[in-house]
Amino acid sequence: MSKTTLISVAASLALTTAATAQTEIELWHAMGGALGETVNQMVENFNASQGDVQLTPVFKGSYEETLTAGIAAFRAGEQPNIMQVFDAGAATVIGAEGATIPVQTLLSENGVAFDIEDYISGVRYFYADSDGKMIGMPFNSSSPIMYYNVDALEAAGVSAPKTWEEFQETTAPALAKAGYIPLAQSHLPWIFTENFHSRHNLPFATNDNGYDGLDTKILVNNDAIKAHFTALSDWKENGLFEWYGTGWGDNQTPFEEGKVAIWLGSSGSFGGLAKKDLGFDFSATFMPYWEAVTTEPTQTFIGGAALFAMSGHSAEENAATAKFFEYLSSPETQVFWHKETGYVPITEAAYDMAKAQGYYNEQPAAEVGIQQLSLDAGDNTRGYRMGFYVQIRDVMNREYGRILTGETSVEDAFQNIETEANQLLARFAKTQG
Amino acid sequence: MKRAGFTTVSLPVFLLLPQLVIIAVFFYWPTVVALQSSFYLQDPFGFGSTFVGLQNYADLFTSREYHRIASFTVVFSVLVTFFSLAIALLLAVKADKILRGAKTYRTLLMWVYAVAPPVAGFIAVIMFNQSWGPLTQFFGMFNYTYLVGVNFNDTAFAMVLASVWKQVPVNFIFFLSGLQSIPRSVREAALIDNASAMGRFWDVTFPLLAPTGFFLLIINITYSLFDTFGIVDTVVKGEPGNNPMTLVYKVYVDGFRGNDLGGSSAQSVILMVLVLALTIFQFRLIDRRIHYT
Repeated sequence: MSKTTLISVAASLALTTAATAQTEIELWHAMGGALGETVNQMVENFNASQGDVQLTPVFKGSYEETLTAGIAAFRAGEQPNIMQVFDAGAATVIGAEGATIPVQTLLSENGVAFDIEDYISGVRYFYADSDGKMIGMPFNSSSPIMYYNVDALEAAGVSAPKTWEEFQETTAPALAKAGYIPLAQSHLPWIFTENFHSRHNLPFATNDNGYDGLDTKILVNNDAIKAHFTALSDWKENGLFEWYGTGWGDNQTPFEEGKVAIWLGSSGSFGGLAKKDLGFDFSATFMPYWEAVTTEPTQTFIGGAALFAMSGHSAEENAATAKFFEYLSSPETQVFWHKETGYVPITEAAYDMAKAQGYYNEQPAAEVGIQQLSLDAGDNTRGYRMGFYVQIRDVMNREYGRILTGETSVEDAFQNIETEANQLLARFAKTQG
Repeated sequence: MKRAGFTTVSLPVFLLLPQLVIIAVFFYWPTVVALQSSFYLQDPFGFGSTFVGLQNYADLFTSREYHRIASFTVVFSVLVTFFSLAIALLLAVKADKILRGAKTYRTLLMWVYAVAPPVAGFIAVIMFNQSWGPLTQFFGMFNYTYLVGVNFNDTAFAMVLASVWKQVPVNFIFFLSGLQSIPRSVREAALIDNASAMGRFWDVTFPLLAPTGFFLLIINITYSLFDTFGIVDTVVKGEPGNNPMTLVYKVYVDGFRGNDLGGSSAQSVILMVLVLALTIFQFRLIDRRIHYT
């Protein structure tokens, strides 16, 4: 072996050791498109902000695909350090004690100050256990809000409805007369089921919405929501509401095209809508409620997803994960994320910073999500925790689709949802045995 | 003819070993694991599990939804198999008669064979786009509002159409080569006996095509049951909702979306039994009755 080869081998060895001095960790997420670019930007900023940790973000597909990929990797001992899990998967990942390190434990063990009171009230307990210990770090936190086409409402001479009664009697007929489809929405289980219950402070499941045990029964077969779906199918028949299938985008597109005047979507859709050249002014406000059900509407659930620190990694890597979480929850990062995407800032400090910067004077609609999450809380507004919830949502989507295409009655549909959801919950309880 | 053979047992076993290992690792082992996990309800992360015996199967057989999906799968498979075979046969018979430009015509027909199922599904999604899809507009000319993803039958039709379109070329190639292997003397004899082209086809050509036809029948049933997964997935856009789906897609939905490993394993065991029955049917009944030339 020549001398130069020896030198180059030695040099490359030295380089390798220098590289490994940095702790490398991985984040698996489900943020595609523009959101994914924002995640990459945020991670780049983090990597540039310090020299000890190198974080690699990996896009794993939809929320469901990301969760499944994470589970498969965990069983093979190849899990990432951080995994993004969405609201409907919370029971699965939190139920598997030992799969994750509670974020609260991780942070305090690594000397990062943690106080759950720093977080805005709406996000505090959704990803917590029954004792209120935070397990997952809220990441892209959103809530369903009502977007509306300002030009359309002006043309019809109406304002955004506060209640569904107002929508039914005044807003919708005027919008229909002005040539618009008054209403569309993008996620029936999330918007018109889960958040329907929290907005009206109705119990969604036994055991304190499922937080206090596995023998939970769903309480979805109630008069208030059945009346709501009866109204929905009447509206659809009379041209006051349209449903474009189960897919999110299929329902958002007609709003962007200016055919639909009011669209119920995620507060996290704001960033995307603002970046598009829509051809009309849009704004947003709170989700309407039924005055017949409650006169004191409450806050909605936090949706979106959280980041979970997976177990089975070295103390060094866990410390690196804690470092990223610290960076993530800092007001600067949160404000960046909030402005880019429309997801709500998760801490009070970040919210104050965005206010102080005058962001909401320029973009009042960007504040709607966080305001709605900060409305009065009730006994049933903390969140819900149900196993096999992805399948329960699939059952809801199926039955709701059948209601809206006239294949089934509201009564039968809710009977089916209740029966099948309770079967799934009982099956899930056995998986934890 | 003299039979060649091995004198010892060890050499053939040794030569077969690589193949046997592959079969064991990729087929038998997963089968055993699926069978085993179909008797359990287990935590997806692998922490807890409960032995439930035949409960997963009982839940499936009493589920109204599973019955609905099974019936849809049967209807879907019958439609896809029938139309892929019928259209391919018609095209093959016509192509067989063409002398000029035959190669171009055949190549054009075979092109679609290279399209992957998800792409075929995606093409269907584009053709049936709710606001600007050409086929949606075509149906609109007859005052029919075609709503893929909303209306069950509309979505089912789009799936059948894409699946048939994707499968016709394969069948076409087989039928065409089957037709071309029919001896000229037989055809000429038929020409003298029977003046009607229709009659000649049903009395002479069709029976002689039977080996090809039965082989394709099995291939097409398997295709419509299993390989249409990609088409179903792209047409429903990963959101099952109130859309039609096949049994294979249901295995995926429950296992990979819903993380219900026990229930999903039970469903795949049921499908395995189905494939086993199909295979036995093919070897026992069909191979005996059809005479290959």
